[in-house]
Amino acid sequence: MLVTGALLLVFFVVPNDLNQGFSQRIFYFHVSIAFTAYACFAAGAWKAFVHLWKRDPRADLESYVAIHQGVIFGVLVLVTGSIWARISWGHWWLWSENQLVLFLVLFLFYAAYFMLRFSVDPGPQRANLCAVYALFGVVLIPVSFLAIRLAQKFIHPVVFTRHGANFGGWMLVAYFVSQAALLTLAYTLYRLELSGKRLDTRLRELRRAYA
Amino acid sequence: MTTAEKYVTAAYCAIFAVVLLYVVIIALKLQRLEREVDALQQRSARERDEDQEREPVQVG
Repeated sequence: MLVTGALLLVFFVVPNDLNQGFSQRIFYFHVSIAFTAYACFAAGAWKAFVHLWKRDPRADLESYVAIHQGVIFGVLVLVTGSIWARISWGHWWLWSENQLVLFLVLFLFYAAYFMLRFSVDPGPQRANLCAVYALFGVVLIPVSFLAIRLAQKFIHPVVFTRHGANFGGWMLVAYFVSQAALLTLAYTLYRLELSGKRLDTRLRELRRAYA
Repeated sequence: MTTAEKYVTAAYCAIFAVVLLYVVIIALKLQRLEREVDALQQRSARERDEDQEREPVQVG
């Protein structure tokens, strides 16, 4: 319902942007997806920390699922961002833009997490290695987020400044509804995938006990 | 339809497609798990029936 509400606001209520016109409508989901991806990576790192702290195997699985969600939302950030860049700047990708490159680095770092995870046999050693890796990656989140503010020269728009958002009215409402919708969607998918993974693990143990 | 409208539609369609693909993959996985639970249940029932059919033999 939140996603439908957000889409209705974006396409039927929000006015056209003065500078970018209709194409600015990508912003509402693109930025919301980016923050959701950051939130997923941060949640994955937090669960990794909990795993290292309490040695709880459930936290390892939760960290893995959260990072998986983050990578999926990361793909969406890159795809929607490239489409928006094509309309606004005339290019699909600009290597000179720190914000884009740092997000790509963050995305590739977490994509490599799966290579690490699936190259080590399941067990406490794999869980510990993955947890340490996930914790290292969390450092990249503030770097990626602040890159645009630290850059001297950029063309990527800055929407949220120290003085608040650069827009108001229905645009701000649409943004907050979109953000809430995507966080809810991510959380729902996270619970769904997590329950599937837990069921899979329990079934495997049951099969092993039966054999 | 203007070029901007086409690109915006493509962006939202891409989001929808990725989320749909993800949900389909999870649904297929859950279906597989359900089949495995059914197989285990059938095996358990079969073994229980075999135990009941076996005639008790006095030993010693």
